[in-house]
Amino acid sequence: METLMRIKELHTRFHTQDGTVNAVNGISYTMQAGEVLGVVGESGCGKSVHALSILRLIQIPPGEIDAREVWFNGKDLLKLNDKEIRQVRGREIAMVFQDPMSSLNPVYTVGFQISEALMLHKGMNKTQARERALELLNLVGIPEASKRLDNYPHQFSGGMRQRAMIAMALSCEPKLLIADEPTTALDVTIQAQIIELVMRLQEELGMAVMWITHDLGIMAEMAQNINVMYAGFIIERGNVHEIYHQTRHPYTLGLLGSLPRIDEAPGTKLISIPGLPPDLIGLPVGCPFYARCAFRVERCLSERPQLEEAGSPGHTVACWRWKEIDAEALRKAAGGAQ
Amino acid sequence: MNVERNTLLRVQNLKKYFPVSRQLFRTQRRYVIAVDDVSFDVLKGETLGLVGETGCGKTTVARTILQLYRPTSGRVLFDGVDLASLQENDLRKMRSRMQMIFQDPYASLNPRMTVGAIISAPLDVHTALTQKEKRERVQELLKLVGLNPDFVNRYPHEFSGGQRQRIGIARALALNPDLVICDEPISSLDVSIQAQVVNLLEELQDKLGLTYIFVAHDLSMVRHISDRMVVMYLGKVMELADRNEIYLHPLHPYTRALMSAVPIPDPDKARNRKRIILKGDIPSPLNPPHGCNFNTRCPMAAERCFQEDPEYREIQPGHWVACHFV
Repeated sequence: METLMRIKELHTRFHTQDGTVNAVNGISYTMQAGEVLGVVGESGCGKSVHALSILRLIQIPPGEIDAREVWFNGKDLLKLNDKEIRQVRGREIAMVFQDPMSSLNPVYTVGFQISEALMLHKGMNKTQARERALELLNLVGIPEASKRLDNYPHQFSGGMRQRAMIAMALSCEPKLLIADEPTTALDVTIQAQIIELVMRLQEELGMAVMWITHDLGIMAEMAQNINVMYAGFIIERGNVHEIYHQTRHPYTLGLLGSLPRIDEAPGTKLISIPGLPPDLIGLPVGCPFYARCAFRVERCLSERPQLEEAGSPGHTVACWRWKEIDAEALRKAAGGAQ
Repeated sequence: MNVERNTLLRVQNLKKYFPVSRQLFRTQRRYVIAVDDVSFDVLKGETLGLVGETGCGKTTVARTILQLYRPTSGRVLFDGVDLASLQENDLRKMRSRMQMIFQDPYASLNPRMTVGAIISAPLDVHTALTQKEKRERVQELLKLVGLNPDFVNRYPHEFSGGQRQRIGIARALALNPDLVICDEPISSLDVSIQAQVVNLLEELQDKLGLTYIFVAHDLSMVRHISDRMVVMYLGKVMELADRNEIYLHPLHPYTRALMSAVPIPDPDKARNRKRIILKGDIPSPLNPPHGCNFNTRCPMAAERCFQEDPEYREIQPGHWVACHFV
């Protein structure tokens, strides 16, 4: 497998009146061509901001992006000028956003919006672009695509709009598709349709997919690797089996414990994580999860743990006590605390 | 079990149609059929889950039970009294016994009122407590929902989503209600905070003997908290059963598809199960399909389904289904 993207020590900050918000705090990872990566975390953990930083869609100022490198397919994205980065956006890295209604332009037809990217990036003329747009709408499973081409976004249902967004994202055959919570606004049966669609297209087109979500449930089915983020840090990373079956970070365990399972036994108690995520203005010196952690010791307050290998190659955890931690230990610790 | 004795709420053939504004020269009035002939019982002390996708009418059912919407037809028997037939004055007296927790903790708290004023509002309307007694009651309630009792003078914007939802819960509990309707109380919260609120709701139920109707679209959460579940689709009840029964033996094709679409946070299980992917979208409630409401998306649909509305019937004791093929 060849490396598609390599991120080293990415920081994103926002300078506001109240102080500097440290949204992403020095994250590093690599993505292989064709890989499906899940980026999981709660609101404010920096998962979306990190993706927007890769595409340089952060407004500067108040934002500030700083990294050793954001290497993608032979170039450092942070060193490109405005014209060059525009060539990457949409053509090499495409993005699908959470809310399909506000990311489609209500005053243009869906067909036009898909064609636009093709004319811009592929140099097609109107007729060619329209034909290709029709193919794409068929590809993403929109019924009667030839009629739908001239519809406006409000004539589409939520699921269809998200399909149209995906068609638009795929129009230039990107090497990487970043999907930022694309199914959060949709119903489960429609979510199942979209997941199936993206997975089918990922296989057919061989593109890499970064799926950003707060739902560990979805990722179990789709992802090869998972980055778990908290307060702008990656706090655990591993392949899907390591994350779900050999979980080492108390936060990841907490997330899994908070999630009710449709197949759970009667009488199962949810293990909630007490407290709230930290304020990102002014980072703690120690572990960002300290205040909510059931396993905290003094060291966690004064020294921030770095990612280290936990058990198997590729599985990394940022926790001083990962060796002592598993689901059983958390259940006990949570039971003792209540 | 003597169902009759334990029933707190009985919903009978409830219908709620919303008229669509009349157009010029169009003589016939059109209706959004939000709730169409829904019947179920809620037993004292249980949690009944109401689950379904957007537009299935679950929230309308909840609001119609509380008479926030007056039903088009049907009866809502609360402790034997038909709420639908009560006049405003008599209804107000009943309201102290049934309360609601709303979906959006940002929109459901008045930003200009202090937490103390928000929580004591129901006490102002329904009780004759003195200022001091009210203040004590508010502090007691704050403690009950896990907030600092010194927060009474703060405003909603000073709180996070999870904390606001706790304030909403405190307000709902102020009058010691029998029935609390929770309308998607956790869907706007983060996963770890959802678990906090759900655990709190469960604790309060044990402590105070509350009866809940829990409305949500998250099937695994509804299954987690409920004793029995009602699955709705396009204004109708498709299936009703005990939480285990409905998971282990779902009879309606819609319930089966819904169950199979729920993500499981376990890579082995998630990858090895068979998913039923439904085609298409939910039809408009302005113009529901003829026959069975689910026939446009049902993998089993046959000719009969397009002609006859299936009867909602009890297949086994406590397990109700509306499908021709069960």
